[in-house]
Amino acid sequence: MQTFLEAFLVPAIQAVVVVLLMLLAVAYITLLERKVIAFMQVRIGPNRVGPRGLLQPIADVVKLLLKEDIVPAKADRFVFWLAPILVTMTAIAALAVIPWAGTDATLHVLGYEIRPVITDVNVGIIYVLSISSIGVFGIVLGGWASHSKYPLLGGLRSAAQMISYEVPLGLAIIGALMIAETASTVKIVEWQARHTWLFWLQPVGVLLFYIAGVAENNRAPFDLPEAESELVAGFHTEYSGMKFAFFFLGEYISMIVVSALVVTIYFGGWLPITFGLGYLVPAIPAALSGAWGGPGVHLAFGVFWFALKTFLVLYVYLWLRATFPRYRYDQLMEVGWKFMIPVSLAWILFTGVALLAFDALAA
Amino acid sequence: MELLVFSILAGLALAGAIGVILARNPVYSALGLLLGLSAVAGLFVVLWAEFIAVVQLMVYAGGVLVLFLFVIMLVDLEQRGLDTDAGRIGPQPSPGWRVAAAMLGILFTVFVGALLLQEPAREVPGAGALDAVLRGGGGGGALGNLEHVGQLLYTSYLVPFELASVLLLVAMIGAVVLAHRER
Repeated sequence: MQTFLEAFLVPAIQAVVVVLLMLLAVAYITLLERKVIAFMQVRIGPNRVGPRGLLQPIADVVKLLLKEDIVPAKADRFVFWLAPILVTMTAIAALAVIPWAGTDATLHVLGYEIRPVITDVNVGIIYVLSISSIGVFGIVLGGWASHSKYPLLGGLRSAAQMISYEVPLGLAIIGALMIAETASTVKIVEWQARHTWLFWLQPVGVLLFYIAGVAENNRAPFDLPEAESELVAGFHTEYSGMKFAFFFLGEYISMIVVSALVVTIYFGGWLPITFGLGYLVPAIPAALSGAWGGPGVHLAFGVFWFALKTFLVLYVYLWLRATFPRYRYDQLMEVGWKFMIPVSLAWILFTGVALLAFDALAA
Repeated sequence: MELLVFSILAGLALAGAIGVILARNPVYSALGLLLGLSAVAGLFVVLWAEFIAVVQLMVYAGGVLVLFLFVIMLVDLEQRGLDTDAGRIGPQPSPGWRVAAAMLGILFTVFVGALLLQEPAREVPGAGALDAVLRGGGGGGALGNLEHVGQLLYTSYLVPFELASVLLLVAMIGAVVLAHRER
């Protein structure tokens, strides 16, 4: 019974906590996005609801909840309903393997072991990729079920785009996995704790991964499936109320997932920001990660550093949107197939050769 | 516990498979296939083969099925405009074809069943080691799923693996040649 509860109850509670935190984070990222873009493009941004507009996301949520839910008369009702759920569900499911603190932050409450990650499987990173590849269905089906031409075009575009960019997304991380010799999200951070940020060894990998991630999330400058100047709003043109909110939620949680994954794979996850040089003077990272305290302190410090790094990577998303014009469709495909994929393949080859050379020198 | 999870997943896989053939709308068939493939991925997890499960999702559901859907949606557009209320694509098969298809299906099931009922399968190179890893769990310095599949692919199964990739390359070149038109 104890093991059963530990296997199901603890992860269930963790999942609820993570999801609630994510919902709140998404709400405030929307505010941040509007503020950042307003700042970069010298506009005012939302500033009326609450002090400095801080309650704007709450007002938005209430508005979306209360809005009439309109289903087009000729829409396929079941698929129309299913599509936004698929998008949000897959985005949330990907959070399960993201560690937000080290294993030394494992808490023991009422005899239950609570680790700072919902589950640590040895294929964690590949699991995230596979789950995100299911998310495509939501967008494609949403476009199709709306029974309207712009959503259909948006859906088709996103199908082609997401399949194309899944390939470099997967290839980009192979170098990092080769070096760390693991695909577990926890072990890859532990490797970085012992050595250095994988960012320093995989600068091309992180760039490719982030670009492919932005494209995979349909975010500017790769937001062709919802290009408003061509397709009204693309696949979600016909969506309103809570169903629209779910598409929105899925997109933003995916942004958080990609950012968290970039931080986990390349920037040392929950480790303090010592730019991967912590191994030189071990006392500094130890002090910055709360080594003097118990598991609770470790957890607080781990979550703090992890959240800070994720926030910084997330900021780049908003920066990109504020400053880059949208790609044309043929340019998008060309960048994906003729640039990203060859470069990522070449980078894998280079990493392999470098690893072999390094081993030969060390021996 | 394991039996319960297995039953649920197997039921879902069967439901998905039946949905694929019974659905009148090809998009619903694709959805049924998605359900079936996901449930099979779940079955792999029950077998402690999480790497295979993840690859199953990524390749079949995330890759192949999305392409199916893409084609279905395009075919829909060309054949029937935006009309999704119509029934199946193409002409109805004649009774003769139906009987023939049913016979072939039964024959196939019998063959597979007979193979499965025979004495335990022949020794597959490397299968014993893989089995030990799967049953023994990750402890004692044993390699995980991912590492083990990789090692087997590049040792025992190197030639088939490379041949498969050549086959895929040939198929890809063929598709490009077929699709390419001089302008």
